[in-house]
Amino acid sequence: MNVVPEQLTAKDFATDQEVRWCPGCGDYAILKALQRTMPEIGATPEKTVFVSGIGCAARFPYYMETYGFHTIHGRAPAFATGIKLSNPDLDIWVVGGDGDMLSIGGNHLLHALRRNVDLQILIFNNEIYGLTKGQYSPTSRIGTRSPSTPQGSVEAPVSAALFALGSGARFVARSVDTDQKHLPVMFKRAHAHRGASLLEIFQNCIVYNDGVFDGFKDPSVAADRQVRVEHGQPMIFGKEKNRGLRLRPGAFEFEAVTIGENGVTAEDIAIHDETNRVMATLLASMDPDTLPVALGVLYCNPAPTYETGVLSQAADVRAKSPNANLNKLLRSGYTWTV
Amino acid sequence: MASSAAVAEISAPREARESVVVRFAGDSGDGMQLTGGQFTQATALAGNDLATFPDFPAEIRAPTGTTFGVSSFQINFGSRRIKTSGDAIDVLVAMNPAALKVELPNVREGGVIVADVGSFSERNIKRAGFAANPLEDKTLDAYRVVEIDVSALTMEAVKESGLGKKDALRCKNFWTLGLVYWMYGRDRKATVDWLNGKFAKRPDLAAANIAALNAGHAFGETAELDDMPSYSVAAAEIAPGQYRTVSGGEALAWGLVAGANKAGLEIMFGSYPITPASPLLHILSRLKQFGVVTFQAEDEIAAVCSAIGASFAGHLGITSSSGPGIALKGEAIGLAISTELPLVVVNSQRAGPSTGLPTKTEQSDLYQAVYGRNADAPLVVLASRSPSDCFETAVEAVRLATKYMTPVMLLTDGYIANAAEPWLIPDVDKIPPFNVTFRTDPEGFHPFVRDEKTLARNWAVPGTPGLEHRIGGIEKAYGSGHISYDAANHQKMTDTRKAKIDGIANDIPEQIPEQGESSGKIAVVGWGSTFGPIDRAVSNVRADGHAVSHIHLRHIWPMPRNLGALLANFDKVLVPEMNTGQLVTVLRAEYLVPAERVSKVSGQPFKIGEIEGAIRAHLEA
Repeated sequence: MNVVPEQLTAKDFATDQEVRWCPGCGDYAILKALQRTMPEIGATPEKTVFVSGIGCAARFPYYMETYGFHTIHGRAPAFATGIKLSNPDLDIWVVGGDGDMLSIGGNHLLHALRRNVDLQILIFNNEIYGLTKGQYSPTSRIGTRSPSTPQGSVEAPVSAALFALGSGARFVARSVDTDQKHLPVMFKRAHAHRGASLLEIFQNCIVYNDGVFDGFKDPSVAADRQVRVEHGQPMIFGKEKNRGLRLRPGAFEFEAVTIGENGVTAEDIAIHDETNRVMATLLASMDPDTLPVALGVLYCNPAPTYETGVLSQAADVRAKSPNANLNKLLRSGYTWTV
Repeated sequence: MASSAAVAEISAPREARESVVVRFAGDSGDGMQLTGGQFTQATALAGNDLATFPDFPAEIRAPTGTTFGVSSFQINFGSRRIKTSGDAIDVLVAMNPAALKVELPNVREGGVIVADVGSFSERNIKRAGFAANPLEDKTLDAYRVVEIDVSALTMEAVKESGLGKKDALRCKNFWTLGLVYWMYGRDRKATVDWLNGKFAKRPDLAAANIAALNAGHAFGETAELDDMPSYSVAAAEIAPGQYRTVSGGEALAWGLVAGANKAGLEIMFGSYPITPASPLLHILSRLKQFGVVTFQAEDEIAAVCSAIGASFAGHLGITSSSGPGIALKGEAIGLAISTELPLVVVNSQRAGPSTGLPTKTEQSDLYQAVYGRNADAPLVVLASRSPSDCFETAVEAVRLATKYMTPVMLLTDGYIANAAEPWLIPDVDKIPPFNVTFRTDPEGFHPFVRDEKTLARNWAVPGTPGLEHRIGGIEKAYGSGHISYDAANHQKMTDTRKAKIDGIANDIPEQIPEQGESSGKIAVVGWGSTFGPIDRAVSNVRADGHAVSHIHLRHIWPMPRNLGALLANFDKVLVPEMNTGQLVTVLRAEYLVPAERVSKVSGQPFKIGEIEGAIRAHLEA
């Protein structure tokens, strides 16, 4: 039984269940980071609900000492919407992988985002189907060889961040499973945001897609291949902190430049404005072959939440009919007595 | 049918009739459903018992004058109890040749046809598929035809309104309604009030329609047509009390609200529009003052999932659809069964597999309801027999769902959803409450600890300190609810889920015949909307002294505990169904009785004669 101590710790959010991910799976790091973050954001186990679909990532609720609902493939956002409409005080986290959220659940993700239901939606993106043993996923790159694409996949991948922005999401962020400093910051930002928060976490599948993100995750290249964006700050990256993003003159796109080269000065580096959806879209669109991968809060621009709209309408109706009586309703309109 | 009924004025003696069937038929833009609804209201106010049958095309607005665009509304009313919308039409109001073409086969020989000759243009006649004008050849020799240029008379009646021709002609239906009101001595006041209310913002339209209504009525009074029949239908002998008309959609919505109220819960209704289930979404979305939240989901799957999520969070989750949508909900319903959460699933059945006939009725989702999920996934199945019966069935659905922590499938159909009948309004305060108790005590709590008697598990909702737990579709250990792949545990959990649902048989009434003895020659067993025609057919054969009984099931699954023994008391079991024999299969499987089917799958309700004929054939066999 869970006896809540005054000051909660990460342990208070860990269940007694044996974690059954493959040794070395990126999910462990995410679990650890989140369990560590929960006390810091003032979460309480009884008010917190984890909702998931199906897949490796979807086992997440079993390992969190909170309320949890492990549902069916792809539909977690729909369950979460029903939970939120029934009890808006609950703090709801939706967890799923790229297949769960962007393939079978793409429709529900779209609608949860555009309705702006107050949920933290975490996509563990490893660009592969893990639980079904290694088939390519909707985020897999063209040419991905898998049991179902032995000659390499020919499908163009979907970008979770661009999908979210296109769906009307008001919060879109990205982080990396192993980054135990950055990841908690993103959890906190997502949690602080009222409305649907979409956090894409680049996660390593050690068995079926090991190292797929090494091109920007590996410590040897990370500084040059990632740009950590922060609101109001110039978008600087590189080992020497002398590289940056600037708007290519005459074009709607970023280019990577080096301060001190070709007349580029610090003033030329673009300042991140997380309330600007166009800028977020440019950041999410950057080709990882030529530009760094943007991590951090790409977009945060709050709007009224869905449940607030729905429940305030209901409250208005109730306020206007404080003596609502079913017997009266049944006898309204034309009646006659025999 | 009397041979003639010359009438000069309203005081003239009217031909007394025990019951009458009237059908209004026209283009889907002619306002036939509205006309029928108003006639229903006026008829109910006159004290008759009645039943209606709205029948309309799937197209929103089919091309004018086509047979596939015909929309009609039938009402059967009388001075006796009316249980069906009627076998054959006594009075057909045909707004155009296509309506005549479609409905003529249903008109009783010698019946009255009121035809708007203004619409019988050469083009319309041809479009309807007549070789020549049916008003001019021998096509209608067997009927009494009243030819009126309704279009011209309506134009004349509303000319002072200043409406353009198109708007003026749209009053035709009220002109016709006025005429039919005269034929049956109906009071126009309720309709006038209704028009004034509906067109409060367009008084010119209200005035024009009222003028048309009055003109039609005056026409009947003064036309001195020899072939213009008029009737009196005495008030029916009806149990005393306060009445209203109610459609299945309304009764269902109100019953769900009443049920939730008795359970002490608020409703979260997740649904996706689909014919003929949508009225429930529309009605419930206007009942927020009763603690109803409605969610128009992005698809059927999201609809049911949101409802299950709501039940997890402590609301009463309800979802509603028609057969194709229920098919999509199947996996999620399985999750609700596995996680043992309450859920009410309303299925307004429609005709045919896949899209089928969306606006036509059938009761062919019984297999889907009872068996239609992967693995052993039992749930409760109930069926409403009539529009007003939807109220009680809905309350029962909520009671069983919450008491046993289980999904309940409530079967209704397109006919029930849209049809209306008078309803003795119940006193909601007299329905016994069945308050839900959420688990709050952490001591010894496990999510799958069960009540010994009902086998229902704890309902512990998020937000309750100390009861944090995880549930899901993976098999759970008996009691603790932790994930379990243990073979013996799966056997035990499967057996328990089945035993829980089977045990509900002890919590529902024993089956008693609606009509007839508990033994005899033939038991006619029905379920759902076939109640009316079966009831009348059985009473007809019983009037001839035959030992035939009518047994009508509300509880389809589990079945009443005495049903097997009851059926064994009859020589034969006959099951009329609007499908190819689904209940028959279940009865045969459950009780090893030689039940036989009487099947109809035309998208139209049974006629009394069809069932009566089948019973008589079996009596002779």
